[in-house]
Amino acid sequence: MPYVSNTDEDRARMLGELGLKSIEELFSDIPADLRPSSFNLPPGLSELEVRRFTQTLADKNATDLICFLGGGFYDHFIPAALDTIISRSEFYTAYTPYQPEISQGTLQAIYEYQSAVCHLTDMDAANASLYDGGTALYEAMMMAVRITKRRKVIVDEGVSPIYRKMLHCYTGNLALEFVEIPVARNGRADRQAIETQLDKNTSCLILQNPNFFGCVDDITDMAESAQKSGSLVILSTYPISLGILKTPGEMQVDIATGEGQSLGLGLSFGGPYLGFMAVRSQYIRQMPGRIVGETTDKNGQRGFVLTLQTREQHIRREKATSNICSNEALCALSAIVYLSLIGKEGLKEVTELCSAKADYTLKRLLEIPGVKMRFPVPIFNEFTLELPRDAGDIIGQLIEKGIMAGFPLGRYYKNMEKCMLIAVTEKRTKEEIGMLAEALEAVL
Amino acid sequence: MYPTDLKYTVTHEWAGIEEKTGIVTVGIGEYAVKQLSDIVFLELPAVGDKLKKGEPFGAIESVKAVFDLNSPVTGEVVEVNQALSDNLDLLQTDPYGQCWMVRIKAENQEEIQALMNAGDYEDFIKKGQGKH
Amino acid sequence: MKLIFEKSVAGRRGVRLPRCDVPIERDKLKGLKRKELPDLPEVSELDTVRHFTELSRHNFGVDTGFYPLGSCTMKYNPKIGEEAVRYQGFSRLHPLLPQLRQGGILTQGALQVIYETERFLSEITGMAEFTMQPLAGAHGELTGIMLIAAYHKSRGIKKTKVIIPDSAHGTNPASAAIAGYEVVSVPSDKNGVMDFSEFRKVIDEKVAAVMLTCPNTLGLFNPDIKKIADRTHQAGGLMYYDGANLNAILGKCRPGDVGFDVVHLNLHKTFGTPHGGGGPGAGPVGVKEHLREFLPISLVVKRPDGTYALEYNRPKSIGYVAPFYGNFGVILKCYVYILLLGREGLIRAAENAVLNANYMMEKLKSYYHLPYDRRCMHEFVLSANKQKKHGVKALDIAKRLLDFSFHPPTIYFPLIVEEAMMIEPAETESGETLDKFIEVMIQIAKEAEQEPQTIKDAPHNLDICRLDEVKAAREPNLKYVRVA
Repeated sequence: MPYVSNTDEDRARMLGELGLKSIEELFSDIPADLRPSSFNLPPGLSELEVRRFTQTLADKNATDLICFLGGGFYDHFIPAALDTIISRSEFYTAYTPYQPEISQGTLQAIYEYQSAVCHLTDMDAANASLYDGGTALYEAMMMAVRITKRRKVIVDEGVSPIYRKMLHCYTGNLALEFVEIPVARNGRADRQAIETQLDKNTSCLILQNPNFFGCVDDITDMAESAQKSGSLVILSTYPISLGILKTPGEMQVDIATGEGQSLGLGLSFGGPYLGFMAVRSQYIRQMPGRIVGETTDKNGQRGFVLTLQTREQHIRREKATSNICSNEALCALSAIVYLSLIGKEGLKEVTELCSAKADYTLKRLLEIPGVKMRFPVPIFNEFTLELPRDAGDIIGQLIEKGIMAGFPLGRYYKNMEKCMLIAVTEKRTKEEIGMLAEALEAVL
Repeated sequence: MYPTDLKYTVTHEWAGIEEKTGIVTVGIGEYAVKQLSDIVFLELPAVGDKLKKGEPFGAIESVKAVFDLNSPVTGEVVEVNQALSDNLDLLQTDPYGQCWMVRIKAENQEEIQALMNAGDYEDFIKKGQGKH
Repeated sequence: MKLIFEKSVAGRRGVRLPRCDVPIERDKLKGLKRKELPDLPEVSELDTVRHFTELSRHNFGVDTGFYPLGSCTMKYNPKIGEEAVRYQGFSRLHPLLPQLRQGGILTQGALQVIYETERFLSEITGMAEFTMQPLAGAHGELTGIMLIAAYHKSRGIKKTKVIIPDSAHGTNPASAAIAGYEVVSVPSDKNGVMDFSEFRKVIDEKVAAVMLTCPNTLGLFNPDIKKIADRTHQAGGLMYYDGANLNAILGKCRPGDVGFDVVHLNLHKTFGTPHGGGGPGAGPVGVKEHLREFLPISLVVKRPDGTYALEYNRPKSIGYVAPFYGNFGVILKCYVYILLLGREGLIRAAENAVLNANYMMEKLKSYYHLPYDRRCMHEFVLSANKQKKHGVKALDIAKRLLDFSFHPPTIYFPLIVEEAMMIEPAETESGETLDKFIEVMIQIAKEAEQEPQTIKDAPHNLDICRLDEVKAAREPNLKYVRVA
């Protein structure tokens, strides 16, 4: 039997040492009436058969569509060396580094990851990672509720609708007041409406930059208003964009979160991904999840440990800052390896490529009659177009031509049925952009 | 053994009252400090916070344990010993005098009288009834 | 070891990016740009590969050696799973594609993986249906408790409490509290399982759920489990099964048959997906028929024509617990694992896990205190109380094991055993490995009597000694700051 080392002889010997005759005696604590009424599963397969079969399944999925689909999840370049590193089983077959002396690899990598997240966001401290960008945003919101002891949450509708649905889901059983504010006509957060809502019951203002429509903003003014009312400001970000855009720290944000998938993780049909969180120093002890800190051993040698653990569920149980036990250590490793391979100058180049190609795509598509830019504000690498008819139909037609042209915003926003969100990464070539333009023009 | 001018709770906080003003000074005793060994963090309330008798006003933490600090009286926090957070080792040597944590303006001074005196508290410890 | 940031040299580059084939407009984001570039490492590809290879040498995984970390089921992870997640048809698949018109047909393989894994897990546990969305065990717990809340709410009944035994994982009370419930802790009895008479005192109509791990964290199967389930149902509460220890009872007992209404599984424990140094894992949640309508959006369904689709029209659903369909890569590895083992293989896994644990317990119990001396399932808990008399604590024993290239057991958990050492060998380990570990544990027990200092000073032959955790917590240093 594969993956079980004991032979029948081993089993007989071990049972003998226990004074037992059969394996079944080991399960005598399970009463007869609690035995399975059914356990109907297929017989095991050989590795060769499993390989053939899963390859067949993989081949049923599209691998050759040209990708202009984003919405928070992007088709970025991943350097080959990354997979070499994360394939080292000393990393991926380890568990949470409870024993620091034999887990320095994981611990130091997480410390380096935390450092890189702080440098990207210009924040004081980061945790060891969370499940994904959406759960990170939820955790940030709960942090703000705890810190301010207030129950009202203001969310700009420029925040990913997927994440907003998650926030609603998690708070369904809690007495929180949710106020969602539609974006202004220019696609950015509606300052006036937000200002009206900010009050002494408001725990936090949640924003996203660039927002779901791709609009770039400087949110400093809103951060100041919110903080004046004693609320925290939470910003969901796109880490690649932080290679060029004003940072959460520069805009006085209290808690920055985001999805780290673009930092070297495959799209992988929705996961595993990587939630990151970074905060101002006064909120460190309110953070959820694991945190790695530097310390020394008795000889003064540098080493790393899990620290500030009294926040966590295994110690504080029902009073913990969160129920989180695992982080996404291997994904955090991917992120720090990606940022090392790409490097300081490389990240700048990635952002320049994304930004320039998005501009070029926009220019090309606006040349098509009937295609309009929806919001007249600066973009990074994603933008919203208004088409002459239903965007979902058009996207379907373009898929048949081998192009994932974008995301139909009507799926989540009323009165945006004709709008399409288009993302352009450094991987798209001028030629592919031309193909998109020609294909779109052809179907319109 | 334990300072006789103070009162004690079952969760090992000590309380000293200035009867004239009704201001109660609160800290934690030697027994709790010993249980914790290496103290790494102290979480204290803010001036103006309203406290209820028996409910937590803060927490004291070692690397792998955390104990709530429970208020011996109902009242409002009037002073907080912020300096203590930077000198946690002091708790090991003298948890009473300069290691006070908060001063509370008590609503009802009788609540203090209901606490254990030094002798009762010593018996309580001897019987091993420590809740921590 | 130096940090990757400390190896940085201005101007050094890793990978090269393509030249820009379109015009660059330099000041389009004027006023919206960051002041300085982020301080990221400037290193070559070789520097990076060497740095992280070196780090990996300072790590310990299941592939490195025996890892009997209790309650974590550190079994060997078949490598074919690693291969499968790298197939382009999976690794490059955009999660929004099936939500686009014509996109569903281009994701049939991935949807089939989710659908069939869901069917397998339902059969293995005896539940009606699973959501594959929860991204970790604790995330599954939260999802499960939210499902329970939605169920009671739909019946117009206000319930406020969740009962959890004192031996439970910390995530249980934390999850229940975060979902808005008051946690009622019930002590364990002298046999190591939830005290039934204490339980009866607290079970009432305010109880939304009883959250149990079975076998529990002491590795003990509670023979009264059915009684607890019946009593809970009588009071209108639901039974929640924490699947952390399902590995012990695969094919021997199904939570669904026992009367559990909600189950979460840890795919990284029972179903052989690697733990990743602390994640990613996956924590799918299964429910009985009466909770099905509340399952998160979306679900994968199989149409009469044999194709797969995502179902979004679920008016009573609790909503979105994850952005998409779960940690797909982990689900795929679980799928591969079940295909490889099949029915007989899963049963064999449970049998050998339990055999290995009982064998070790038997061999060690005369050297270490065994607080609950009875048949265990996949794990057992020893106490270092005997050794403590010589000044040797569970922590010291753990550190001494490092000298022999073993990963230590889980220590100081469950909280109800003093100086606890929780040992879970897993079925993939051979008798020889167990014997070596037993031999070392016996040697350490002897050292505790004869030369305790050797244990207290351990580890002796690693590059690093015990680390100062007090310093780390008092003066948190959580990131690298470049010295000018």
